[in-house]
Amino acid sequence: MSKIITTDTPVDTGIDTAHHTLSVYVNNKAGVLMRITQVFARRGFNIDSLVVSQSRDTRYSRMTIGITGSSNGLEQIIKQVTKLVDVIHCQEHNTKDAIVKEMLLVKFLVDTKKRTEALQVIEHFGGKTLDLAPKAMTAIITGDPGKIDAAINMLSVFEIIETVRTGKVVIARGESAT
Amino acid sequence: MTTEPLDGAQALIKTLDELGIEIIFGYSGGAALPIFDALETVESNIKFVLSRHEQGACHMADGYGRATGKPAVVLVTSGPGAGNTVTGLMTAQMDSVPMILISGQQVTWMLGKDAFQEADIFGITLPCVKHNYLVRETNSIPRITREAYHIATTGRPGPVLIDIPKDLSQGPFTGDIDLKEEFDLPGYQPELAFDIDESKVDEAVALMANAKRPLILGGQGAMIAGAHKEILDFATTLDCPLTSTLLAKGIIPETHDLALGMLGMHGTAYANKAICECDLLINIGSRFDDRIIGQADKFCADAKIIHVDIDASEMNKMISPDVEIVGDAKAVLNLFNKKISAKKHTDWNKTLDGYKKKFPLNYKKQGGLRMQQVIDEFFIQTKGEAIVSTDVGQHQMWAAQFYKNAYTHSWLSSGGAGTMGFGFPAAIGAAFAKPDRTVISISGDGGFQMTLCELATAAIHKLPIKILVLNNHYLGMVRQWQELFFDDRKSGVDLEGNPDFIKLAASYGIKGINIKRPADVSRMVQQALDYNDGPVLIHAECIKMDNVFPMIPAGAALEDMLIEPPKHKMAKPTGST
Repeated sequence: MSKIITTDTPVDTGIDTAHHTLSVYVNNKAGVLMRITQVFARRGFNIDSLVVSQSRDTRYSRMTIGITGSSNGLEQIIKQVTKLVDVIHCQEHNTKDAIVKEMLLVKFLVDTKKRTEALQVIEHFGGKTLDLAPKAMTAIITGDPGKIDAAINMLSVFEIIETVRTGKVVIARGESAT
Repeated sequence: MTTEPLDGAQALIKTLDELGIEIIFGYSGGAALPIFDALETVESNIKFVLSRHEQGACHMADGYGRATGKPAVVLVTSGPGAGNTVTGLMTAQMDSVPMILISGQQVTWMLGKDAFQEADIFGITLPCVKHNYLVRETNSIPRITREAYHIATTGRPGPVLIDIPKDLSQGPFTGDIDLKEEFDLPGYQPELAFDIDESKVDEAVALMANAKRPLILGGQGAMIAGAHKEILDFATTLDCPLTSTLLAKGIIPETHDLALGMLGMHGTAYANKAICECDLLINIGSRFDDRIIGQADKFCADAKIIHVDIDASEMNKMISPDVEIVGDAKAVLNLFNKKISAKKHTDWNKTLDGYKKKFPLNYKKQGGLRMQQVIDEFFIQTKGEAIVSTDVGQHQMWAAQFYKNAYTHSWLSSGGAGTMGFGFPAAIGAAFAKPDRTVISISGDGGFQMTLCELATAAIHKLPIKILVLNNHYLGMVRQWQELFFDDRKSGVDLEGNPDFIKLAASYGIKGINIKRPADVSRMVQQALDYNDGPVLIHAECIKMDNVFPMIPAGAALEDMLIEPPKHKMAKPTGST
């Protein structure tokens, strides 16, 4: 289950695969998520990250889905998703046409001797501490997925207890709608 | 009546009646009790037909849908009742058949608690319906029912399931039944299918003007759109031969000079040769099924391809066309017909006529009774004008080859799903839909036994169906593959223990006719066609070892078609099953 919600490491599904980010605008109804995930699963696309939240118009929800799968099948799979009665639209986005952001909560062991070093790393990535205990610290860092990966990498010198990533959300740049 | 307060089930039946639903096929049960009761308490024009199994009810509605283009309703109870419809739903979904399935469900407060006869049929059926609903409040029943009808019948049609918890169907309906609540379908816009990109049409027409050897591939989409007249006009104006998919048999009369019959794995040699040699393929409403294209990269490799389909997600799924036109087949054909100029393709048609003469479909009338002969005799005596349903297997392919359909909506066969047990109940549905037409149900001994309990349904309604059981005591198509690709090792194909089908029919009060010799076929078929006091079961004892040709092994290119039995050992096929 945790793998479906979010993964920290890219999944190797063989050659000719790539990561893609889709924004799907759907009816805010029970069962809609099942309909959409079925389409991806059937065609062998793995869902790397998934963020669903109610839209400003509460009749709809916004899904941001990060997937790994064959690039040449993507156009067709977007059409299959679009075809679902509960889907208003489905679009692929990349960092050129959209802003992609993710949030990380990270908890790691750190004693007083190394605390300053840890705080420096967190500050460097524009993060904040959320919880400070004698032997551990929890921090929040936001940014694009690459920055999050880098932050985790830098914090690996400490003993990381766990990381929780929200999965990426996207919004189109400029005036265009997502 | 109108002053009486309604319950949810009564609101449902009233809404179905208003929608023009003529018939409900179904099987009763606890969770559906309020709905079955509403069939008695609400005055309507709806006829209810009790099947003997829920799968049968589904295939009946399917046969009705294919024969009319209109949806019938299937009504079943929760749990196993609903579960038994899954094969029927999948069959309808694969072949784009409109259908509305209503299932009773446990009461809302027990959902997810493993209550008696509770099944998550909403979840179970998600991948095999066009859309489905689990009703959450009684007052939404009329809107959901009308939405379901709309979704089932527009765009690319398909089955829609409505799961209704029992407390909601027997709960009070407090809305105004005459006030038509607006649809809540912001993501569903089938009307866009009539908004055709004319620049694409112009591109297609330019290709048609330059083609020397054009070929039309008529698909189920053309039939659903009711474009049989338009496609015939198109073919004649362009003087262009037409091959059809299994499902679109009869889209133009199959005896027409331009008709090449069915293409694909067991299609005619001349249709497959036309595919290999054409320089332009105009696909109207076929989804380029794997049974048609064989090896995808060799399919029409040297030809331009125009793909017309109402479903945008069919574009580039199997084949990448040169011109994609997303839209209703009839609307597109109307534009084609307006823009094309008449052409003559004399040499091309002469070449194909040569192939028709060189590679005709034929069979032997000596050395025992063959299925082909019985089917051919039915074709000859009904002039191809009957509604024919088939099951799945060898008899299906021979029926496709030898029963040359004169009309559209007259060939009922499970193409995409390949569902055994489909044919006979589908014929029952068609017989209810078209009482003035001759209906022939063609099955093998395997598939027939999967749904033969519906003999009771046919008998009590005195439906004059010609129930043809072609008996070779084998699952013949599988046996054929074992012979060709698995060194003739027969595994799981011997149907020993078949009943005496004539006695079986008699036990339901159904007349039986037994055919054993080729010389008797003509007389026996005539006898069957002349009998119209109810169903008649024609049992044909056929030779056990016979194979369907032409044949393209799965995954092979169309040019590698086997026109007759191979002399050498064959490698196992690489393509789909």
